[in-house]
Amino acid sequence: MESIKDKVAIIGMGCSKFGERWEADADDLIIEATDEALKDAGVEIKDIQAIWVGTMGRVTGATVSAPLQTQYIPVTHVENACATGAEIIRAAAYAVAAKAYDVVLAIGFEKMKDVGYGGLHPMMTAEKWHPVRDAGGTSVGRYALAATRYFARYGLSREEGKRMLARISVKSHFNGARNPKAFLRRKITVEQAMNAPIIAWPLGLYDCCGVADGSSAAILCRTEDAKKFRDDYITIKGFGISCGPGWGKNKADYDFTHWEETERAAMQAYEQAGIKDPRKELDMVELHDCFSIAEAIAIESLHLSPKGHVKEDIEAGLFTQEGKLPVNLGGGLKSFGHPIGASGAREVYEIYKEIQGKAEEPSRQKPNIRLGLAHSQGGHPGRFMCGVTIVGTP
Amino acid sequence: MAGIVSFGAYIPMYRLARVEIARAWEGGARDGEKAVANWDEDSLTMGVEAAVDCLGGMERELVDGLYFASTTPSYREKQSASIMASGVDLRTDIATADFTNSLRGGASAFKAALDAINAGSAKKMLVVASDSRLPAPASEFESAFGDGAAALLLGDSGVIATVEGSYGLTSDFLDVWRREKDSYSRTWEDRFVLTYGYQELTEKAIKGLLKKYNLKPSDFSKIAVYGPDSRSHAALVQSVGFDPKTQAQNPLLDKVGNTGAALSMMILVAALEQAKPGDRILWASYGDGADAFILKVQDGIQKVSQKRAIKHHLESKVMLPSYEKYLRFRNLLEWEPERRPSQEGSLNIIWRESANLLRGRGQKCLTCGHTQFPVQRICMWCQTRDNFEWVRLSDKKGTIFTFSMDERANVPVLPNVLAAVDLENDTRYFSQVTDRDPAKIEVGMQVELTFRKINEAGGMNNYSWKIRPVR
Repeated sequence: MESIKDKVAIIGMGCSKFGERWEADADDLIIEATDEALKDAGVEIKDIQAIWVGTMGRVTGATVSAPLQTQYIPVTHVENACATGAEIIRAAAYAVAAKAYDVVLAIGFEKMKDVGYGGLHPMMTAEKWHPVRDAGGTSVGRYALAATRYFARYGLSREEGKRMLARISVKSHFNGARNPKAFLRRKITVEQAMNAPIIAWPLGLYDCCGVADGSSAAILCRTEDAKKFRDDYITIKGFGISCGPGWGKNKADYDFTHWEETERAAMQAYEQAGIKDPRKELDMVELHDCFSIAEAIAIESLHLSPKGHVKEDIEAGLFTQEGKLPVNLGGGLKSFGHPIGASGAREVYEIYKEIQGKAEEPSRQKPNIRLGLAHSQGGHPGRFMCGVTIVGTP
Repeated sequence: MAGIVSFGAYIPMYRLARVEIARAWEGGARDGEKAVANWDEDSLTMGVEAAVDCLGGMERELVDGLYFASTTPSYREKQSASIMASGVDLRTDIATADFTNSLRGGASAFKAALDAINAGSAKKMLVVASDSRLPAPASEFESAFGDGAAALLLGDSGVIATVEGSYGLTSDFLDVWRREKDSYSRTWEDRFVLTYGYQELTEKAIKGLLKKYNLKPSDFSKIAVYGPDSRSHAALVQSVGFDPKTQAQNPLLDKVGNTGAALSMMILVAALEQAKPGDRILWASYGDGADAFILKVQDGIQKVSQKRAIKHHLESKVMLPSYEKYLRFRNLLEWEPERRPSQEGSLNIIWRESANLLRGRGQKCLTCGHTQFPVQRICMWCQTRDNFEWVRLSDKKGTIFTFSMDERANVPVLPNVLAAVDLENDTRYFSQVTDRDPAKIEVGMQVELTFRKINEAGGMNNYSWKIRPVR
């Protein structure tokens, strides 16, 4: 088995404005991110030889070929819940690495806000018809199980636990507030986060990411060709995808406070990238913080903090922009917004821009970013599919 | 001689003070409270509770039939007893029947089950009576009606109370009724209805019984008789020559309310809970005529295992904070639900997974010994394929491993409490938590499983096993 490390380059990326895009439909979102990526790479749509599109639900390749008016090239729909954005880049990268194509497009998008309610729109899964298993279940209700357990396992009082989570959300909002494309651009305080209305105990309003419309895109080629397009391209260092056996909530040895899928995906990617000590070697991490507790546990499962000790690192400011290992510098799903199929590629977009020194708002630019990790995770505690993508300077 | 082998009952946890109903309608205050089924309970789920209480740790395979009595069965077309038999995890080669439409259904089912045993066609029959009648808001019935269930196991051996005799009569008297599309029970002027209905017919049946067997009231230690209200009940007891103070079993109207087809059997269960060997109980049930029975309590009564029955269930209660909450429980109030995708139901899935969903069984892996839920082809512990035996989980207790309380879920009463629970046999069970006080839910809390209605998705009553704090 060969490592993907440095074999494939990202030569262009695009990201739409995230948020409640009442005026935009899926076509608009697809065009917005694709246009930026094409322009960024200096190519035209006719130069693209194949496309992978990531979005939830039963869509076809025509969902992209029609708005972009591509002419009879392959377009493949890829879907793995909230890990979809990682999957499109992975699929596209392996295709160019295999020399099946030379220049390809990966586009992830989600049009969330046409349904008339907050929260996720219905997924067309077989479970939707299950009269019992899904009854009353929501994403936040399921992630909150992990928060309750985390507090209980590590002996945090409700107040201590809520405060730890509040600090995560405050950081995300601080970062996102300075990100022009982010959805929720308002700084918040720890007190606001702790006293916000409960959505699913123990998680309150500011523990939950914003449901948003958005899209993100990447153009990839083999690294040896990248110089033809630009000098400041980045390369893929490693991919990890892990789908758990899925019955955590029903298995007595499942603890909710540690996410094996994240750990396994990270190990795959670390091995390919040759990373031994991610806490020291990584310059930034964009991770799947659909809820504040998701960030806390993901940090531990990615081996960035020892198990049960993320609280100390949060308090020490390790993950802030000024810290040694900024996490969710872009604002995270929390503040940037979470259009399912777009989020994974959007995380890579953040790292791509930081490495290039092109963060849209100069105050967000962290110097000397060379290696970053994007983590996106679908499903819910006990039934995850997790994608880890490591990118960096060539 | 055939008779009662075991007994059980169920009273829902929630109670509504009658003074709260009076507050809502600016009416005269009445004493006491009524038992109110939770939003996820109906006559069928309460019946399962009573049946499980009655059977206790007995071998459920020994039950040869289940007769169910109710005026509020789960479906207008589709038997409740058959669903209940699955909920109670009984054999499938048994007799099931619903005795519906009559307040006297419990006694009719009892008589039919007794006849089956005496005829030798069954050895053990389970008789369940349960009702959750919907009174019209602001009606007289609203204060009077309560929800509850009772169950009796009849048999020809291990009898704790023999049936020494019975007498019954039928009547076309129309006192309380519902037509096809009536939501609420209707009636006529109460003094007429009580005088010529309840009083006259019940009195006739009891006096007929005494005459037939040449017995007098002093030959009985207790009279356990249905009553629509406390005053009519006391008057009836007196009119048949019993002493209301020393002989009348409390008819539960004050603390539970009139539980319709379940009431007379609940009163009998309360009498059996306090009975001593040698006691003779007169049990009478009213509705479309009346039935009266002579029960003689046997030595075996002292060996009956601990039951929640009436006494424990009466004490285990939570007062509803308001009349509005009661309206919400009974779906009598229009409100805007959370904006969420609609819920779907699938008959195919219920059919495929009925051992899981209705019978509350898990699969024990014969290779590694772990028990799992929900049903799988490949063991989630050792990955062995198709090597399982069924084990009942519904009777296991457990502790909460973790929980969440969702304020935005698409359920009738928020928050939707979800919990992962470790059952006694190390099975992790994940479901909704019902009959709970959100302020008291905590990791480590002792819980048990309870048969409840999940929703009506797909136009069906979808039942399964939820979690609740131990009552």
